[in-house]
Amino acid sequence: MTRVLHRFKGGVHLPDHKAESNGRPIHAAPVPRQLVIPLRQHIGNPARPVVEVGQQVLKGQIIAEADGYISAAVHASSSGTVTAIGPALVPHVSGLPDDCITIETDGRDAWIDHAPIDYQALAPADLRMRLRDMGLAGLGGAVFPSAVKLDPGAHACPTLIVNGGECEPWITCDDLLMRTRADEILQGVRVMRHLLGSTEILVGIEDNKPEAIAAMQAAAAGFDFAVEVIAVPTIYPAGGAKQMIETLTGRQVPSGKLSTDIGIQVFNVGTAYALARAVFHGEPLISRLVTVTGHVLRPQNFEVLIGTPMQRLIDLAGDRDGATGVLMGGPMMGMPMPSSEVPVVKATNCILVKSDALFPPLPAMLPCIRCTRCADVCPAELQPQELFRFAKAGDFGRAQEYHLFDCIECGCCSYVCPSHIPLVDYYRYAKSEIWAREREKRAADLARARHEFRLFRLEREKKEKAEKLAAKAQAKRAELAAEAAAPGATGEADAKKALIAAALARAQAKKAEVAPKNIDQLPPDKQREIEEIEARRAKIRELARQPLETDETKP
Amino acid sequence: MIAALLVMVGLAVVIGLALGWSAVRFKVEGNPLAEKIDAILPQTQCGQCGFPGCRPYAEAIARGEADINQCPPGGEEGVKKLAELLGVEPKPLDETHGTPKPKSVAFIDENLCIGCTLCIQACPVDAIVGAAKQMHTVIASECTGCELCVPPCPVDCISMVPVAEDLPHWKFKHPLVMMKQVGGARG
Repeated sequence: MTRVLHRFKGGVHLPDHKAESNGRPIHAAPVPRQLVIPLRQHIGNPARPVVEVGQQVLKGQIIAEADGYISAAVHASSSGTVTAIGPALVPHVSGLPDDCITIETDGRDAWIDHAPIDYQALAPADLRMRLRDMGLAGLGGAVFPSAVKLDPGAHACPTLIVNGGECEPWITCDDLLMRTRADEILQGVRVMRHLLGSTEILVGIEDNKPEAIAAMQAAAAGFDFAVEVIAVPTIYPAGGAKQMIETLTGRQVPSGKLSTDIGIQVFNVGTAYALARAVFHGEPLISRLVTVTGHVLRPQNFEVLIGTPMQRLIDLAGDRDGATGVLMGGPMMGMPMPSSEVPVVKATNCILVKSDALFPPLPAMLPCIRCTRCADVCPAELQPQELFRFAKAGDFGRAQEYHLFDCIECGCCSYVCPSHIPLVDYYRYAKSEIWAREREKRAADLARARHEFRLFRLEREKKEKAEKLAAKAQAKRAELAAEAAAPGATGEADAKKALIAAALARAQAKKAEVAPKNIDQLPPDKQREIEEIEARRAKIRELARQPLETDETKP
Repeated sequence: MIAALLVMVGLAVVIGLALGWSAVRFKVEGNPLAEKIDAILPQTQCGQCGFPGCRPYAEAIARGEADINQCPPGGEEGVKKLAELLGVEPKPLDETHGTPKPKSVAFIDENLCIGCTLCIQACPVDAIVGAAKQMHTVIASECTGCELCVPPCPVDCISMVPVAEDLPHWKFKHPLVMMKQVGGARG
C-alpha cells in the first residue's frame, strides 16, 4: 500500500476492551412484546405520525413520515397494533419523555410489501426522497439524515470516506458488521458513489481489527470500482470523522466548515450497510447492530429491532448483579441512560453496562493546575483548560472565541486530567447555554418585531378611523349644503344648525322606538301598580331636586 | 505672521466645512446607544420598569432618566450586561419593579372566556387571537409572558402557566450543580 498516512494531533491510547464482545457471532434479538419507537431519532425535525392508536401495522410500514428536508421517516420494526402515541421515556441523558409510537407486537413479524429500488433509473433527487422515506440516518452516532448528506449540492465530493474506525473502547458492532457483511457495505457504497459522483473511495479501519480489514479487502476485490481499504493506526479518536479525514488525506476541515467544503464526504460503515438493505432489498431502517457489553455474562452483538427495550438485550447477554447503570455508546462519549428500559434507537451502537469494578467512580474533582495535558491530547487542537475556565465562569463569549464549537466531545481531556475534572460536561453545559441564549435572542427579536408592528398597526387604525370620520362628515355637510341651497342659501351657521336639528330628530326617533311595548291593555290592578311606582319615582325625583343642605340637616 | 494666521484660518474653515458636511451627510438615525440597550432588554414589553415597553425604557436609560436595574424579566444578568455596556457598576435589581419569575406563558381557560376582547387589546405583541363574542386563545410561541392580559380579564379566565422543560429546550446543567444534586440524593 502506497498511501502515506498522516497523524492528527493529540489523541490517547486506551485499553480497547474489544475482545470481550467481538468473539461471539451476531445474534438476532427476538421480537419484544412491546416496541417503543421515538419520533425524534435523527437530527432535524421529528417525524410526524401517520398512524392512529388501534391501527394494525406491518413490519417496515411507515408509522411517521419525514417532516421537512432535514428529517427522516420512522417505521414499524415489527407487525402488531399501535397502542399509544405520545410521550414516553427515551434514551436521552435528560430523562425527559418525548413523543413515541408504542406498538404491541403480534409475534408474526409480517413484512409489508417491499421491493428493491431501481436506483439507476431514478433521478437523484427522487432517490434521495426515497431514502429519506426509508428512514436512513447516519449510524455512526450523529444520526444526521443520510439523504441530506448524499446531496452533493454545489460542492463536488471527489472523495468518499467509509468510516470503519470504531475507535471507542468496548464497541464492536462495526467490526462484526465488516467481518460478516463486507459485500453489502460495498453495495451501499456503490449507491453513495452513484449519488455523490465520487471517484476516490477510501475505507479507513483501525488496525486493531485485522479480520475486518481482511474481509473488506476481499470484498473490495470483487467490485468494479476501486475501493482502497486502509488500516489506520489505533489511537482514540481515529474514528472521528475529522480525524479520519486527516489521517487518510492529510487535510483538515477548517473551523466552522463541513467536510464537503473540501470535497470529502464521510459515512459510517453501518450507514452504508443500511443503505444497501434499503436500495437492494427495499427494507427501511428498522434494525441495527448493537454491542451489549460491560458488566454482562456474555458480551456480544445483536441485530436489534429499533424500539426494543435495552433491558431485553441485557437479559439476553446475561444480566449480572452489581450493575451501576447503563451507558448508550462507549465509555468516552456515551451518555448515561435514565433507565435500562429505554428503547434502542437508530443512534444506539452500544449498550455498556457499568459496574464499580469496571468503571470505578471518579475521585473528587480538584482545582485545575493548568498542566495543559488536556491541550496535548485534544484532537481538535483546542485549549481545553481555557475553555474550562470560561465555561465554569459562564463567560460563554470567550469560550466561543476559543472555538468551543470545534470540540467534538471525545473526552480525551477528561481522560488525562490529573485533577479529575469532568471537562466535557463543562463544554456540553456551555454549548447548551449558548444555544439557549440564541433561542432567547430569537424570541426577543420576534417579540420586538411584533411589538413594533402592533404600534404601527394602532397608529394606522387611528389614522384610518380619523380619515373615515372626516370623509363622512364632509359628505354629510355637502348633502346638507345642497339641501340648504334649494330654498335659498343661508350660510355655514344654518347648515350646522340643520345638522344638529337632524341629529336631534334622529335621537328622538330612536328614543321613541325603544319605548316599552308591554304597557298596552293592562288589567286595572297592574295599571294601578304602575301608577303607584310612577308616583314614587316622581317623589324621589322631587326629593333629589331639593338642595343638598336640607339633606344634611336631617338627622 | 499674517501668512501663518491665514493658513490656520483657512484650515479651520476647510475642516469646519468638511465636518459640517459629514455631520449632515452621515447623520445617524435614532439613538445608537438606545438601540444597543434595547438589544439587551428581553423584549417582554411588560412595562414593569414603569415605561410603556422595552424601547421607551431603553431610551430613558440612554437619556440617563432611568436606572439600569428596573427590568425584572432581564434579571441580574440583564443588569450586568447593561452595566458592562454603560461602564457603570452593576447593582441589585430594584425590588419595587418586581422580582424575576420563571418563564411562563398566558393560558386562556376557554370554558370561561366570554369573548370580550379586552385581553387582545392589552397584549403588546398581538399574541392573542379571537374576536368579539368569540372564544380567545393565546399563541404560546409568541407570548412573552408579560402578564398584561391578566388584569383586564373580567372573568379571570387567564392564568400564567410556567413553561415546562421539553427535550429540544433541555439544557445541560452546570456540572457542579449536578454533583450537588447527586450528593443531596445520597445524603
